[in-house]
Amino acid sequence: MTSPALSYPEGSAAFPHESLVGIGGLAPHEILFLLDEAEQWVELNRHPQKHDDRLTGLTIINAFFENSTRTLLSFEIAGKRLGADVVNMHVAQSSIKKGETLIDTAMTLNAMHADAIVIRHGSSGAVQLIADKVDCPVLNAGDGQHEHPTQALLDALTIRHALRNKTGGSFNGLTVTLCGDILHSRVARSNILCLTSLGAHVRICAPPALIPADIEAMQAEVFHDFDAALDGADVVMMLRLQLERMQGQFIPSAREYRHLFGLTAERLARARPDALVMHPGPMNRGVEIDSDVADLADRSHITRQVEMGVAIRMACLDVLTRKVRRVEGWT
Amino acid sequence: MSAAPPLTITNGKLVLPDGEVRDGALRCADGHIAALGDEEPQPGDIVHDAQGKLVTPGLVDLGVFTIDKPAFHFGGITRAALMPDQSPPLDIPARVRFAASSGKPDFWVHPLAAATRGLEGTELAEIALMRDAGARAIATGRAWIADSGTMLRVLQYAAMLDMVVCTHAEDSGMTGSAVATSGEIATRLGLPSAPAEAEPLAIARDIALAEFAGARLHLRQVTTARGLDLVRAAKDRGVAVTAGTTPAYFMLSDLALAHFRTFAHLSPPLRCEADRKAVLDAVRDATIDVIASSHDPRGPEDKRLPFADSAPGMAGAETLLPLTFNLVRDGVITTSRAIELLATNPARILGVNAGHLALGAEADIAVIDPDKPWIVDSSEMAARAGNTPFDKQPVQGRVLALFKGGMRVGAKQAPS
Repeated sequence: MTSPALSYPEGSAAFPHESLVGIGGLAPHEILFLLDEAEQWVELNRHPQKHDDRLTGLTIINAFFENSTRTLLSFEIAGKRLGADVVNMHVAQSSIKKGETLIDTAMTLNAMHADAIVIRHGSSGAVQLIADKVDCPVLNAGDGQHEHPTQALLDALTIRHALRNKTGGSFNGLTVTLCGDILHSRVARSNILCLTSLGAHVRICAPPALIPADIEAMQAEVFHDFDAALDGADVVMMLRLQLERMQGQFIPSAREYRHLFGLTAERLARARPDALVMHPGPMNRGVEIDSDVADLADRSHITRQVEMGVAIRMACLDVLTRKVRRVEGWT
Repeated sequence: MSAAPPLTITNGKLVLPDGEVRDGALRCADGHIAALGDEEPQPGDIVHDAQGKLVTPGLVDLGVFTIDKPAFHFGGITRAALMPDQSPPLDIPARVRFAASSGKPDFWVHPLAAATRGLEGTELAEIALMRDAGARAIATGRAWIADSGTMLRVLQYAAMLDMVVCTHAEDSGMTGSAVATSGEIATRLGLPSAPAEAEPLAIARDIALAEFAGARLHLRQVTTARGLDLVRAAKDRGVAVTAGTTPAYFMLSDLALAHFRTFAHLSPPLRCEADRKAVLDAVRDATIDVIASSHDPRGPEDKRLPFADSAPGMAGAETLLPLTFNLVRDGVITTSRAIELLATNPARILGVNAGHLALGAEADIAVIDPDKPWIVDSSEMAARAGNTPFDKQPVQGRVLALFKGGMRVGAKQAPS
């Protein structure tokens, strides 16, 4: 289990950031460094004895101000596999309900000498706000509609694994189509930043009301016709339709949405024959993605994404705590 | 009221309503301007030597959210129109009466009567009773009145009372819970946003209704090119419409939101660069009549929050004067036009005998050094809170002395 140090600047120069707040601000080689770091954990996680002790004695707090099942579980497993003491703070049990401000909560966590804090919050910028106030590394597990960097990293890792034989692991020239509620999606923003930074071409597809203004400035190509957006795509990433937040304001109904933007087997045929199907989950089967597509054995990488998620989060926790662990070259 | 001895301000550059800036003196007696020109102080007068600096009317701030005397006095403001968005709102005569007397004697508050009960945009408030209790104009508050029928009735009633209606022009159906203007910045930050078109939509409706009702309309903050085009066109055909803005909208664009800076969270939200330039042009060509501070000091409990959860607004009283005088230095406007925007026009809209250096006007006088440099520091403001998006910015223009009704008030002295 060694770092892929050879291809990167020495020590902390490979990843000089204190926290992981977003993909925005990361250089392409820093993204690749995290992906390469994660490879060792992909391997480890496939062993029956999947444990490493490098974070022994460190305390990691998962502070989730917004409900989450899979991301929280993924971060918890990642921390535990590296030997850290992992504590989960759920919003329902927190003082936020009693009117405590976010900053006060952050200062409380800080005073407990956490060695890393993983935060999910419903407001864009909340994680940056906390990162500016606490002494330890902060990992963004999703802030409002802003960023969800570990999701983008795990998606990139999934693509790289799946296309290793085809492209040799390069993202150059890949066409990735993202379809769904781009407007409200932090996953979409992080993925656009990550994939374009690595050289892929990103298409986004949604009805106009779900496309953020001037998204072209982020190098994404906008489509409203899903068939056209799929044409020749190497990767098709579906986003969850957040029905609970729409209330008829953005789309008339789930079945009408499926009619225009649902990934059916028929539509998928417009993409490249070996195109990957991805979805960050949880899926609305029969709405944005049909079951027979989601379950395609050789094409759907949805469970692979979950697997890569644990590895990526292990890599992020490892890299960001190297300073406190006084790893050589990282102090 | 004032038993103070007469005051003569000598050796000043008087900024006169005819657009001239003339060397001379100004004498005040009984709280009013008694003489202008080459006056010599009379025996018993208090004499203030202006040392060749500008002598102007005290600024009249059309639209503030808090009475914050230290900040107003620092900024040369002697009168402010208080927005009805208080807690509780200014929607009954007793509260208006209280607010109207709350600054005296060294500061005058002109309450703006809530157009509707509770500022809810549905039922008319007791506007005439509030007028008689001291309200100088009517305001819709922080929000637009979405219901056109209600707005029409407000305007018709205001026309009958000959009161101006100050409106916040943003179509609330479009803005929803937006905290930013749609565009690249809001998209990158993932902030709830609404298109800038929310403003011209609201302005178009309000102008149409005001024209129909024969009412006077004041658009408190116009921030977009298309909104200003509508105002320009309405003025050209003689509609009784006036427009205001605040320095933020000609100094800043939505780039200021980067890093989720909540001090740049304003309402309306900061716009794109093209709109910023359009506001500048509108100040130049007199489409904009008023520059106000929209003073709204907010402490950390309102501002040290994630952007969308923070309260909008900025502490603007102290920077109103220097940022407006930026435009004089940049050749956008003249000194006397700056005073027109900051004092004369707002006083005229409110119908108060102030805001100009004329015989018989209230002796609200500021002595201003328009070039004196200083640095805005959010941690050392006179205002109740330091939420300024201009923190650490070098500016020029400082009030050296301030007089309300002919009496010197506690303007914070510039360090010498």
